[in-house]
Amino acid sequence: MLQKVVRSTIIDAPIERVWAVLRDFNSHDQWHAVVDQSRIEAGERSDQVGCVRNFTLKDGNRIREQLLTLDDRQYRSTYCIVEATVPLQRYVATVTLKAVTDGNRTFWHWESTFATPPGREQELREMVARDVYEAGFENLRRHLAHGGDLRTAGAAPLPVTLPLPTRRVRAVRYGGAEVLQPEEASCAPPGAGEVRIRQRAIGVNYIDVYMRRGWIPQLLAAGGAPGVEAAGAVIDVGSGVHHVAPGDRVAYLGHTPGAYCGVRSVPADWCVRLPAGVDDDTAAAMLLKGLTADYLLHDLGHVARGTRVLMHAAAGGVGLLVCAWARSLGAIVVGTVSSEEKARVAREYGCEHVIVTRDYRFADAVQGSVGGADVLIDGLGETARAENLKALARRGHWISLGQATGPLAALDPNVLLEKSISFSRPVVFDYVATRTALQERAQRLWTALERGDIRKPPIERIALDAAANAHARLESRATVGALILVA
Amino acid sequence: MVRIYVSSVIDAAADTVWSRIRDFNGLPLWHPGIADSRIENSEASDRVGCIRHFHTRDGGMIRERLLALSDYDYTQSYEILESPMGVDQYVATLKLTPVTDGDRCFAEWTAEFECAPGRERALTEQIGAGVFQGGFDALKRHFARR
Repeated sequence: MLQKVVRSTIIDAPIERVWAVLRDFNSHDQWHAVVDQSRIEAGERSDQVGCVRNFTLKDGNRIREQLLTLDDRQYRSTYCIVEATVPLQRYVATVTLKAVTDGNRTFWHWESTFATPPGREQELREMVARDVYEAGFENLRRHLAHGGDLRTAGAAPLPVTLPLPTRRVRAVRYGGAEVLQPEEASCAPPGAGEVRIRQRAIGVNYIDVYMRRGWIPQLLAAGGAPGVEAAGAVIDVGSGVHHVAPGDRVAYLGHTPGAYCGVRSVPADWCVRLPAGVDDDTAAAMLLKGLTADYLLHDLGHVARGTRVLMHAAAGGVGLLVCAWARSLGAIVVGTVSSEEKARVAREYGCEHVIVTRDYRFADAVQGSVGGADVLIDGLGETARAENLKALARRGHWISLGQATGPLAALDPNVLLEKSISFSRPVVFDYVATRTALQERAQRLWTALERGDIRKPPIERIALDAAANAHARLESRATVGALILVA
Repeated sequence: MVRIYVSSVIDAAADTVWSRIRDFNGLPLWHPGIADSRIENSEASDRVGCIRHFHTRDGGMIRERLLALSDYDYTQSYEILESPMGVDQYVATLKLTPVTDGDRCFAEWTAEFECAPGRERALTEQIGAGVFQGGFDALKRHFARR
């Protein structure tokens, strides 16, 4: 019985440009990653109906295919296998393009019928669908985004890139949420070592609030745009950039703020390419928060089976990730939250002992339930200082992550002596200071997500222009999970 | 012969979009330019050969006959029997094709017709940009993800 495979996609380029590549029967070794080398036999032209392309695949297989139809009016090409080391029999394939007039894009339909040796139908159908057609879609997309089709010998260089208009939100002065105001702006082309990104989702973090309030003037000068992470697609890259390419989906994290905008150029070293299973919203909601959970638990807290972890704001973006990840490491997780609704969510994400408190009283409950915390992750700050000290176990580790209730006043070393307490005041950027560190931690995060060790937090989406509302919500303690801005 | 071709991508599966546009008597339910519609002689609206009798929002009356309907190809073809537009031998086809990567479909709307010399451009604009793209825009809004 004949097998049939159909795959289709939309390519973000005019049909003439896509067809110029696909009508050339010998172009596939330039754009399709599975093809190693290809030549047209007998010195014929590559658009001569009847010509045979003879090519090898990267895996060593060899295939000869004959062009049966070339139709420039219908944008159609049909071809068949005449000889191959892969067991595809009577293989006939058709590529058809159609113009998407709405947006000047291209619909690409690729289908084939073939027979296989008995028992191998499914395996070969999947191979053709995934490794040839779906991979081909991705490869051609990248080829066009790189301008690979424009770079034939002697052709003019790529057009010089231009500034792009974008929306941007600035803190017009230090102050409350209302100082965040949207405006028209422009994004310069990427300089050397930079990439320009069309951002679709921007992570909102408490550090943005601190910057807006003027608490970290060395990072955000008055009048600047906050935001340290976002996800989207690469538009173009500057010289010397090799690990990301135009068209790639990426997320980034960097200590220089300015992410509250639609288009931004950032150092390529800040970027990680996103796996297919991680969408833009998830990446923006999880990158900083997930990498924070990663270094808190693995590097700073040395959290293992039996470690008693106390997490404040357990239903927040970082909180839910810490709860789930600590639980999967075998830790005993205690969390504080400000409402019953948040308590329910925190429990769902693996927080065993949830303490509901709106007045930052929790030490007795912690001591009562688990006998003190070995690792305390504190985003509260000054108001909770005494309770924190009281909640810690002997030789406990107090990690001061944030200061939602106010900046922590100077700490007398002697208060630590009482229970041999360690105190840390980390910031995520020092844990991803090199490209390798960032890539490794991000990979660990996506793997943990894929394996189910952590779950994506609930995500609340707010339009970029309404960034002031996002900050107001974050500061009102009304949110559960992660907040993102959508551009 | 004048030919119009308009195509778009709608963010929903072909099945889903088809169930919204399949009904030959359902234009007022999804197309913002159509005010009302009925099928003549009380025939079923998916019987090939039936005639829909409808009014555009600007008051024009149009009668169209269903020529082909395919739930397999997601295709609907029809001809104009009577209209104020001044077109002859007008045959149009509305077609959906699944896009396998992602939950979306490719939508095409074509028309071929004859008209008085000099009217081609205005009619192409009115039908292509107004009726066809206007319909697709409404579908895109209806199925918008966010």
